[in-house]
Amino acid sequence: MMIKLQATDIVFSYDSSPILKNLSFEIAPAKLVSIVGPNGSGKSTLIKCIDRILTPESGSILIDRNDITKMKRMDVARNLAYVPQSSLRIFPNNVFDTVLMGRRPHLGWLSSEEDGEKVWEVLRLLGIEELGMNSFNELSGGQQQKVLIARALVQEAKVMLLDEPTSNLDIWHQLDVMSIIKNLVKKKVVTALMAIHDLNIASKYSDRIIMMKRGTIVAAGDPMSVLTAENIASVYGVEAAVRTQSEAPYVVPLKQIKMEKRRTHLVTK
Amino acid sequence: MAKAVRRRATRAGKISAVQEAYNKFVFGKTIFMVAILLLITLLIGIIITLGPLDISVAEVYCALLDKFYPDYFDVEKLTGQVIWNIRFPRIIGGFMAGFGFGICGCVMQAVLKNPLASPFTLGISAGSQFGIALAAVLGVSVLGGPYLLIGNAFVFALLCAGFIIALSAIKGATSETLILAGIAVNYFFSAMSQLFRYFATDEQLRLMTTWGMGDLAAFSWNKFPLILTIFAICIPLLMMKAWDLNIMTVGDETAKSIGVNANTVRIFIMVVSSLVVATIVCFTGTIGFIGLVAPHMARMVIGGDHRFLIPASGILGAFVLIGADGVAMNIIAPTIIPTGIMTSILGVPFFMYLIMKGRRREFWS
Repeated sequence: MMIKLQATDIVFSYDSSPILKNLSFEIAPAKLVSIVGPNGSGKSTLIKCIDRILTPESGSILIDRNDITKMKRMDVARNLAYVPQSSLRIFPNNVFDTVLMGRRPHLGWLSSEEDGEKVWEVLRLLGIEELGMNSFNELSGGQQQKVLIARALVQEAKVMLLDEPTSNLDIWHQLDVMSIIKNLVKKKVVTALMAIHDLNIASKYSDRIIMMKRGTIVAAGDPMSVLTAENIASVYGVEAAVRTQSEAPYVVPLKQIKMEKRRTHLVTK
Repeated sequence: MAKAVRRRATRAGKISAVQEAYNKFVFGKTIFMVAILLLITLLIGIIITLGPLDISVAEVYCALLDKFYPDYFDVEKLTGQVIWNIRFPRIIGGFMAGFGFGICGCVMQAVLKNPLASPFTLGISAGSQFGIALAAVLGVSVLGGPYLLIGNAFVFALLCAGFIIALSAIKGATSETLILAGIAVNYFFSAMSQLFRYFATDEQLRLMTTWGMGDLAAFSWNKFPLILTIFAICIPLLMMKAWDLNIMTVGDETAKSIGVNANTVRIFIMVVSSLVVATIVCFTGTIGFIGLVAPHMARMVIGGDHRFLIPASGILGAFVLIGADGVAMNIIAPTIIPTGIMTSILGVPFFMYLIMKGRRREFWS
């Protein structure tokens, strides 16, 4: 199997409380991989460690067999693009200028016409060319998410990291954004690794799922093998019915398992 | 159907309506800057004629050209001297001060991601005030002679900024630590100055107060080489970072992911702009309003791209400062009101107008 991204024994902690404990995984090229897990399991931290926004204490991360932890930041940016959760800007730019920022790893002080053309091309590809002159803050959540994906695309990195790309979006836009990502992966433009809460979105679109709990990987594999009632019970503490919908597992949460015990315990005390 | 037609048009090399609008927008920015520069030239011509000695606009330009082509023009000696030795230095000094304040305010707001940041956020004014107080009251100074006050103001402004930058560099140089450390150090040095004030004699008090109001009278030809050297080194350094500043306004995480090391850029910008501001402040005293407001005015008109925003902030800063100084010198002549006071009195209502009328109200959202 070819390997695009390989992480070995990643360790990270905030102020000595460990967040990631000896994580290791491998990702094949042109795949869409989701990281799922409860709040605080370390999904976003893992994504940020891979992009060197946070620096892991130990471990290696290889992209095409080159160690990211030893690269210059600009070189990292040419290999990995990051799509953050969108937030309002203090000094907003228009959409074109926001996307143009993604060309930074490739340019000098002057942006060439070619860079501009690349930005328009990507905006056209994602169907948001009309928004070119709008201020980023005026856009809806779904539009903002697409602009951030566009910025990652003009970066021309082969691996795209996404942090909760569907949070705050209505179901139409969730499907819209996910099918854009899926298409990019299918056309072998990128390998995508995303942290995501919604198990059913992960199930519907992912080639592989990594399930995390308190900084360790509990299960990894295709959606069928990871999203089982047993895994969901032990990782989330939720009893769930797992059905099959369009050849992918579909999770229906039924009730809490551990949390309820804990609460009754507190009350009796 | 319309979509299909447009697609074909783009493929044929034609550009879409949005693209055209964007190109126009970029062109407009350049036009705006050229227009303001022309306005400044005009303004200089007018302001320079105002004053106790009656001089016409034509005489001003003749006197100027006379310096370069001595034999062609017929300029009265007194007029020539007044123009060349009094009015020109003041106006050129005003231009440079406004330009420097505007640019530094712009880059500081970007790296601190804060619309309230100004060149004085890092305690430069408090530091230089303290330096002046030290020299005025205790006679303690770094340089002697005519540079007694100026030297002290410069050194203590840099010390103050340097202390804040060093402090936050240890803690990771986020915008929050810089702003908090800046405010704390500002209070400390203000308190120290007040302490000196409390014990100062009337003569010493007057020295400290006049300096604190901000004035352009200290400029003369022999001081420009120093300022110009600092500008010639520092301003290109700031301009070079325009791209990184664009990216840093989005946030440190995004900046890092695009390849820009946010903390390093932040410290670099702070060091360079502190040097520029300290250089101006030691001659002018605190003219606080320009550095806060010029970048906002520029942003309202030409948007957030720092490749244009940095020079536009400088040019607008110069425009406002020269204009305000022209009024300050002549409104109740022969008394000259300190420039710093007039800048705020005139600038604040104008700025309020822009806030209320402006299309872009997004800083406050």
